[in-house]
Amino acid sequence: MQPLVQLDGVSKAFTLHLHEGVRLDVVSDVNFSAAPGECIVLGGPSGAGKSSLLKIVYGNYSCDAGHIWIRDGGEMIDVATAEPRRILAMRRHVMGYVSQFLRVIPRVGALEIVAAAGREGGLDSQVAQDRAEEYLSLLNVPERLWTLPPATFSGGEQQRVNIARGLIADRPVLLLDEPTASLDARNRAVVVDLVERKKKAGVAIIGIFHDEDVRDKVATHVVDVTHFAAKTA
Amino acid sequence: MLNDLPDAPLLSVRDLTRYYGERIGCADVSFDLYEGEVLAVVGESGSGKSTLLSLLATELEASAGSIRYRMRDGIARDLATLTEAERRLLLRTDWGFVRQDSTQGLRMSVSAGGNIGERLMAVGARHYGNIRGTSLDWLGRVEIDRGRIDDIPKAFSGGMRQRLQIARNLVTHPRLVFMDEPTSGLDVSVQARLLDLIRGLVSELGLAVIIVTHDLSVARLLSHRIMVMKGGRVIEAGLTDRVLDDPHQPYTQLLVSSVLAA
Ligand SMILES: Nc1ncnc2c1ncn2[C@@H]1O[C@H](COP(=O)(O)OP(=O)(O)O)[C@@H](O)[C@H]1O
Ligand SMILES: Nc1ncnc2c1ncn2[C@@H]1O[C@H](COP(=O)(O)OP(=O)(O)O)[C@@H](O)[C@H]1O
Ligand SMILES: [Mg+2]
Ligand SMILES: [Mg+2]
Repeated sequence: MQPLVQLDGVSKAFTLHLHEGVRLDVVSDVNFSAAPGECIVLGGPSGAGKSSLLKIVYGNYSCDAGHIWIRDGGEMIDVATAEPRRILAMRRHVMGYVSQFLRVIPRVGALEIVAAAGREGGLDSQVAQDRAEEYLSLLNVPERLWTLPPATFSGGEQQRVNIARGLIADRPVLLLDEPTASLDARNRAVVVDLVERKKKAGVAIIGIFHDEDVRDKVATHVVDVTHFAAKTA
Repeated sequence: MLNDLPDAPLLSVRDLTRYYGERIGCADVSFDLYEGEVLAVVGESGSGKSTLLSLLATELEASAGSIRYRMRDGIARDLATLTEAERRLLLRTDWGFVRQDSTQGLRMSVSAGGNIGERLMAVGARHYGNIRGTSLDWLGRVEIDRGRIDDIPKAFSGGMRQRLQIARNLVTHPRLVFMDEPTSGLDVSVQARLLDLIRGLVSELGLAVIIVTHDLSVARLLSHRIMVMKGGRVIEAGLTDRVLDDPHQPYTQLLVSSVLAA
C-alpha cells in the first residue's frame, strides 16, 4: 500500500544562541514511512529525538534537510516546505496530533472542547457531539465534569480529554506522543482499543509509547531512533 | 483538499520601506496575506510594528515598495494608485482598525449605538430602526449590555471600550482588520475575555487580520502566522507555533525565553 507519510533524509539540529551558540544535533538522515493501517512506534531512550520527529512531521519544528511527504487528497505535500496555511489546512483535515499535555483553553467545557475538535476536523456537528460523549464515556471522564473547563481537572483527566480531542475526527494520519503516559491500566486499555479502531479504519499512525505492553499491542513496526543519531563531527 | 485554499492573496506586500528622515521606520517588508489568515507582528518597542501597520492602512506614505489589495471585484489594486475617495471607502467599509488607544478608535462623545451606526451609514444604511437594531445586535455579540446603547464610551471601562471598537469595526463585515495592541493595558482577566471574543469572531467571520502585539501569548492564541521584527526589519517569519516552539534567530530565541522566564 502507498504510504501516507514518508520521511526522506530528514535531519534536525538546534542552535542554542543564548548558550554560546551550542549546536545540538538531534537526528540525521531519517528515513521511514507509514502506510494505511500501520502503527509505526518510535523507540529509543529519552532525548533520542522521538518527540522532535513527531513535531517535525506536524510542522511544529522545522527540519534542516530532507522531506516529509504527506498525502493530502490526491497529492503528496512536503511539510518541510509547505506554506503555513497549507500546514494548518492539513492539520484540520489530514493529520492529528496528541501530545502528552493539554494546552488548556479558558472558559470552555470539556465536552465542548472535544466536540469542537470534531467539527474542526470536518465532522457534522451532531456526529461531533455524539462522538464526543461516546469518547469521554469510553475514557471514563465522569459526566459531571463534562460542562466544566479542564483547568481544574487532575492530570489523568486532562490527558483523557486531550486524547478524546485528538482522536475524535477522522483524519488519515495520527501522531501520538506518549498518550498513555499518565493513565492507569484501565484507561491504557481504552487507548489501545481506540488505536486499534483507527488502524482498522486505515489510519497511518506514528506513535511514542513508553509502556511496553501498550507498545507490543499496537506496533506494526518499531523504528529505533538511535539509528538516526546525528554523526557529530 | 488543495481547492479549499484560495490561490490569490488578499494583500500582497513587497519591499515595503519607510524612513523618518535618516531613521528606518521599517524596511524591505514582504509578505502575502490570504483570506481568513491572522498574522501577528511581534517585536520590541521601536521595532517598526506600528509603522508597518500605518503603511498597510495607507495612513502613512511609503518611501519604497508596494502594497496590492484584492478588491471585492477580485481585481488586485496597487494601493498607492487609489483615488482619495476609493481609499476612504476601503477604510470605512472593507477594512477595520482596532486601536490600542480607544479614544483614537471611537468617537468618545457619541453614544455606543452611534459609534456602531456611523460605520453602517458609511456603507449606505439609512433606515433608523434597522441601524439601531443592528447596533443592538452587535452590542450583544461583543457582550456589552444592550441597555448601554445610549451611553457614551467615556462612561465605559477599558475592556468595554475595546469591545465597542470591535463592534464598530466588524459591523460592516470588513475583509481585513488591523489591530494595534488591542489588549494591552487591560487587566489579565479582562484581556482573556477580550481575546476569546476576538478569536471567536475572527474565525466565525473568516476575517483576515494583521495584529501588532508585543505579547507572544496573544500571538500564540490568535494568530496563524508570525513575523518577528527587529530594527525595522522582519528577521523571522512562519507558522506561529513553529516560530514560538522552534525559534531560529538569536533575537527570537531571546523573546521566547523571556516569556518563559516571566
Ligand atoms: N525546542 C527545542 N529547542 C532546543 N532543543 C530542543 C527542543 N526540543 C527538543 N530539544 C532537544 O532535542 C533533543 C531530543 O529531544 P526530544 O525530541 O524531546 O527527545 P525524546 O522525545 O526522544 O525524549 C533533546 O536534547 C532536547 O533537549
Ligand atoms: N513620527 C515619527 N517620526 C520619527 N521617527 C519615528 C516616528 N514614528 C516612529 N518613529 C521611529 O521609527 C521606529 C519604529 O517605530 P514604531 O513603528 O513606532 O515601532 P513599534 O510600533 O514597534 O514600537 C522607531 O525607531 C521610532 O522611533
Ligand atoms: Mg519525548
Ligand atoms: Mg507601536
